[in-house]
Amino acid sequence: MNIHEYQAKELLSRYGVRVPVGKVVFTPDEAEQIARDLNCKRFVIKAQIHAGGRGKGGGIRFANTPEEVRQVASEMLGMRLVTHQTGPEGKIVKKILIEEATEIQKEFYLGIVIDRSQEKIVVMASSEGGVEIEDVARTSPEKIIREYVDISLGLLPFQARRIAFSLGLEGRTLNKGINFILGLYKVFVENDCSLAEINPLVLTGDGEVIALDAKLNFDDNALYRHPEIEKLRDPDEEDPMELEAKKWGISYVKLNGNIGCLVNGAGLAMATMDIIKYHGGEPANFLDVGGGASVEQVTQAFKMILSDRNVRAIFVNIFGGIMKCDVIASGIIAAAKEVGVRVPLIVRLEGTNVELGRKMLSESGLNIITGSDMRDAAAKAVAAASSSSSVETEN
Amino acid sequence: MSILVNKNTRVIVQGITGSAGLFHATQCREYGTKIVGGVTPGKGGTEVEGFPVFNTVSEAVRETNANTSLIFVPAPFAMDAIVEAVDAGIKLIVCITEGIPTLDMVKVKRYMEGKKARLIGPNCPGVITPGEAKVGIMPGYIHLPGRVGIISRSGTLTYEAVWQLTNLGIGQSTCVGIGGDPIVGSTFIDILKLFEKDKDTDAVVLIGEIGGSAEEEAAEFIKKKFTKPVVAFIAGSTAPKGKRMGHAGAIISGSSGTARDKIAALERAGVKIAPSPAEIGETVREVLRS
Repeated sequence: MNIHEYQAKELLSRYGVRVPVGKVVFTPDEAEQIARDLNCKRFVIKAQIHAGGRGKGGGIRFANTPEEVRQVASEMLGMRLVTHQTGPEGKIVKKILIEEATEIQKEFYLGIVIDRSQEKIVVMASSEGGVEIEDVARTSPEKIIREYVDISLGLLPFQARRIAFSLGLEGRTLNKGINFILGLYKVFVENDCSLAEINPLVLTGDGEVIALDAKLNFDDNALYRHPEIEKLRDPDEEDPMELEAKKWGISYVKLNGNIGCLVNGAGLAMATMDIIKYHGGEPANFLDVGGGASVEQVTQAFKMILSDRNVRAIFVNIFGGIMKCDVIASGIIAAAKEVGVRVPLIVRLEGTNVELGRKMLSESGLNIITGSDMRDAAAKAVAAASSSSSVETEN
Repeated sequence: MSILVNKNTRVIVQGITGSAGLFHATQCREYGTKIVGGVTPGKGGTEVEGFPVFNTVSEAVRETNANTSLIFVPAPFAMDAIVEAVDAGIKLIVCITEGIPTLDMVKVKRYMEGKKARLIGPNCPGVITPGEAKVGIMPGYIHLPGRVGIISRSGTLTYEAVWQLTNLGIGQSTCVGIGGDPIVGSTFIDILKLFEKDKDTDAVVLIGEIGGSAEEEAAEFIKKKFTKPVVAFIAGSTAPKGKRMGHAGAIISGSSGTARDKIAALERAGVKIAPSPAEIGETVREVLRS
């Protein structure tokens, strides 16, 4: 799960990690008021959306007076911000962060992630701040310092010192840097982050070490033990369909094609998308109905697929293990009765209780195209989608 | 000979009184696996479906001489269950549970360093040596005893591959689902090492998916140290960047983790790639004939 910059900064400051003074606002009036309260010489106004590259798209601007802040805020709120991470449709800006502008002496990069192949938490830092860290990793990997953490000990002070020294921090700023790094690590482990990234980490004109930007991602599997983090979820930033799916225990990702997919298991669901493409079609979605889906979940999955107006055919690909084929069959029949399946339905069933499932489908009176195996079903789905003209229902 | 499990494997089920635990304990027993008991704290001394239940894993090991544990404990308690099994001297731990927090797995892996126990999973279908023992949730009947090993990050896609092989009359030595999480107990390389030494395995099918670099690391290992033919399929060629495809591990981030990179790395290692998920069986047949 992702959160906004302003939320990340609030969380950081609770751990003693320094961030600029500022506040999130939703209207130009509030923006001006906050600017007056901040009472500083220069302000920065930052669009709060879940995407990087905001600066280039006009989502980060400066102002010198509260009146100017108001002006910028009125332009920024409601704008459609397009960055390299939002896709061409961009995102509507609904909230902005007003901060005191920071005088920058030097910029660094600091990030904490879990290194999957080392199976350890790694703290990464670079003296090349403010740029894409992937670019630094590619062009000059020697400029990235890595400290691997023994989880039973945590990040030790000597490791934080090593990072701070290698960034060139010294004197009074050295301890500030060390405390910053240790604080960020604490945020990471205590909140089950999957990513904690400060880019840039800034050494200010008056020798402070401060997070100019902050990005925190959280492990979805661990949210059950962090209800306060779960509350930070911004529904505006999530696909409503994907959220709805999650409620039902279904993984759904919308894609741009016209063949709806209903599959059990993530690997098989991806493979189903792949084989559709291999046969010249385009999948409309990724959908994993889960290991032990109920009739209700299958019905819900059908509803979601059918709510996508681009869908011209539905490919059901089930290999029953825990999932029993008769449950899938009941779900298909129930969904067809409840919502009406207006497009060709191609079903490939295999696995536990397959004979019963097939029998139920053939006796249901539904118009179902059966696939004898994955290839046969995929070919039939692609053919059906290309010849079917979507019959729009009235509602 | 096969790897990991065989007809002598003695299995306890952690979480045996839960619905999934009990259902699959029964299914495994029907397949012929020696399920010698189960563990549910607080229900020790009772019996379910003829399985003796113990309060702790160490007690279960002492009473039943179990060497393997199959875990169905819910995610919030799974780290505890895995470590309890290691502590009790269990040699092979198969964890089916999905949704375990990644940091819990970092801790588990740290704890297991230098210990003899091997962990398969979590978030996996388990391990089966066809005709001998099924320690997992896969449908038993799709398998056929034989000489092709399977290693996979996926569940149902593994069944798909197995079914294709079985329909072509190609049997399997052992099928291992290593799991779809970012951090797993055993990697492709760990299992490849076992198949390399197993004289009853002639070839291996490796089923990977987008996300992480486990397939690239496996390719490097295969190039240098694996002498048997390998067929691979990588799921997720059509997956968009930045979108998690169900499995916590299946997300393409930055420039790495794409199916294309993984396929290229495997091809460089001499691995034969199945062009579509429907052609895994046929590709194996071709490789075995040549």
